[in-house]
Amino acid sequence: MRRTLAALAMATLGLTAHAADQIRIGFMSTLSGPSAALGLDIRDAFNLVVKNNGGKLGGLPAEVIVVDDQMNPDTGKQLTARLLKKDRVDVVTGIVFSNVMLAIAPSILENQTFLVSANAGPGAFSGEGCNPYFYVASWQNDGYHEAAGQFANTKNFKSVVLLAPNYPAGKDALTGFKRLYKGQVIEEIYTKLGQLDFAAELAQVRAAKPQAVYIFQPGGMGINFIKQWVAAGLDKQMTLIGPGFSADEDVIKAVGEPMVGMFNTSHWAHDLGNAENRKFVADFQKAYGRMPTVYAAQGYDTALLIDAAVRDAKGKIEDKATFGKALASTNFKSVRGDFKLNVNHAPIQNYYLRQIWKDANGRITNKLVGTVLTNHADAYASACKMKGW
Amino acid sequence: MDPILVLEQSLNGLQFGLMLFLLAAGLTLVFGIMDMINLAHGSLYMIGAYLAAAVAMATGSFWLAVAVAMGGTAVIGVVLEVTLLRRLYQRDHLHQVLATFALILMSNEAVRMIWGPTALALDPPPSLAGPVELLPGLYYPAFRLVIIGVGLLVAVLLYFLVSHTRLGMLVRAGASNREMARAMGVRVSLVFTIVFAIGAALCALAGAMLGPLFAVQVGMGESILILAFVVIVIGGIGSIRGALVGALLVGMVDTVGRTFLPMWLRAVLPPTVASNLGPALASVLIYVLMAGVLFWRPQGLFPARG
Repeated sequence: MRRTLAALAMATLGLTAHAADQIRIGFMSTLSGPSAALGLDIRDAFNLVVKNNGGKLGGLPAEVIVVDDQMNPDTGKQLTARLLKKDRVDVVTGIVFSNVMLAIAPSILENQTFLVSANAGPGAFSGEGCNPYFYVASWQNDGYHEAAGQFANTKNFKSVVLLAPNYPAGKDALTGFKRLYKGQVIEEIYTKLGQLDFAAELAQVRAAKPQAVYIFQPGGMGINFIKQWVAAGLDKQMTLIGPGFSADEDVIKAVGEPMVGMFNTSHWAHDLGNAENRKFVADFQKAYGRMPTVYAAQGYDTALLIDAAVRDAKGKIEDKATFGKALASTNFKSVRGDFKLNVNHAPIQNYYLRQIWKDANGRITNKLVGTVLTNHADAYASACKMKGW
Repeated sequence: MDPILVLEQSLNGLQFGLMLFLLAAGLTLVFGIMDMINLAHGSLYMIGAYLAAAVAMATGSFWLAVAVAMGGTAVIGVVLEVTLLRRLYQRDHLHQVLATFALILMSNEAVRMIWGPTALALDPPPSLAGPVELLPGLYYPAFRLVIIGVGLLVAVLLYFLVSHTRLGMLVRAGASNREMARAMGVRVSLVFTIVFAIGAALCALAGAMLGPLFAVQVGMGESILILAFVVIVIGGIGSIRGALVGALLVGMVDTVGRTFLPMWLRAVLPPTVASNLGPALASVLIYVLMAGVLFWRPQGLFPARG
């Protein structure tokens, strides 16, 4: 009886679902402090899509409510309550840091509000904890680091020291690197999240004498780490490898010349040859006067993903199943090239190798070197028992 | 253990400790001599760093930036002391905490309005950006050596100022018995203003020197203020010598905790346990040190009074 009633209720809901008159996006990101550049890039690229579409996403007028989580999970929780209860947003996106994501995601998902990650893809939501309302437009947390581990194999680095902040994405990063890396990991050093002075860790790295050092230090932490790495003369003693985050335009701008030659892995490069990407890189530079980073590419793709899903759902975003299905189908041209979402809603995509160089105009930037992992799926998806919509 | 590692970590501990000393010296004088809890001390550090970053960006000269930051912050400190803090000396500590906490909020917002929410970059002079080879195989950043030198210089100057000058004598007289000093014709309020200005200038010096190692950002003062309080509690409130010893202890313990503690733990525990426990223990180690000092020496290591 109850089941029939529920079915009836569903049916009537389905019947009455009509195109919404607007879409409200809760855009929560890290917009202050030393890692603000990440959130600003995601926000600016997201807004670029909305602006190019004449203020609409998928044909619906879009209201983007921007809030700053200050990289603080508690602030994030308060803001989430506001976005869900007061602003009654349809989609939450923009979150940069995994610790904020882990703090705010449960209440959003319980509220059956769509959460489309523009950056963090923590393991907690990729395996058993996968959720029909959780989508990752960027990458699963391990991806960049698995690619880096694979790259270290091809370079034949026999020994490495790994260094990451002590928070969920830091753990994911080192787990990811070790998954494919075959050499010896001499030491794993965990630093405090937000730590900016790495003198003690650099001394430890020097004493461990590895062939290469792999770091995951997002945002301002990475800028400081690499500056201090060069100041301590370590760049002359061993090779530094990083994920694309630690070797992108923001870091290059701050560190400059000593970055030249550094290898890094990413799911996107500004010189990827597809038409959508060429348009994005040109538009972004024109609108903001700076080169886009991977974060900007993710913000842009996130907006494109939502745009396509709203369009395919014919604006019926209140019909969760229709909108959810449309999000999962990723029916749009991404700036990274072809990709699709796995059962756990995390991307299956290529990971590339980039190297920093000085281009013909003397500008220091990344160039695409090759593909490290092709159509790579994460290791958690098999544990995800997601029922389709 | 690798001698180069031990030497390098000692230098790191020394460098961090001396910078904490610059902050703690001003804080301990204000707290010990005027009996005033100034939570806004960290804000002066932030303002100093922002002034330095702004001047460095405008002129390109790091040392000019340091000088302007010290002068500018001293002036701001004097204005604060004369207009507001002076009225709080006679009040109890709760009023002082509330008023100076309000100052933190106001200065954070003011800085956000003037310079925006993103962090500013402050670079050391290019000649100091690289390493110096101290011993074969031991490269040490030149800028950190300069920080150590500046810290030691300030320690010597402060010692000379407090123990061997007329101003120092007045400071000590004002501290040990304010009423008696006043009766003997000392203008205690003027002495306090000068002390506050010196404290503010030292904050700015620390902010400008640490700016290139950390980031010049809103709220940078609060995290380091807590460490400065730990330092003066360990060293004994009101004592410059205590501040120096406390700062070096905290600097060393912090460095040891971050590097050697995880290494020792890995030697005795399974790697997953050690990697979880290490950072957690390292971050509480200095508070354990403080608790220990408070247990055995409740007045701190070098109490200024009695």
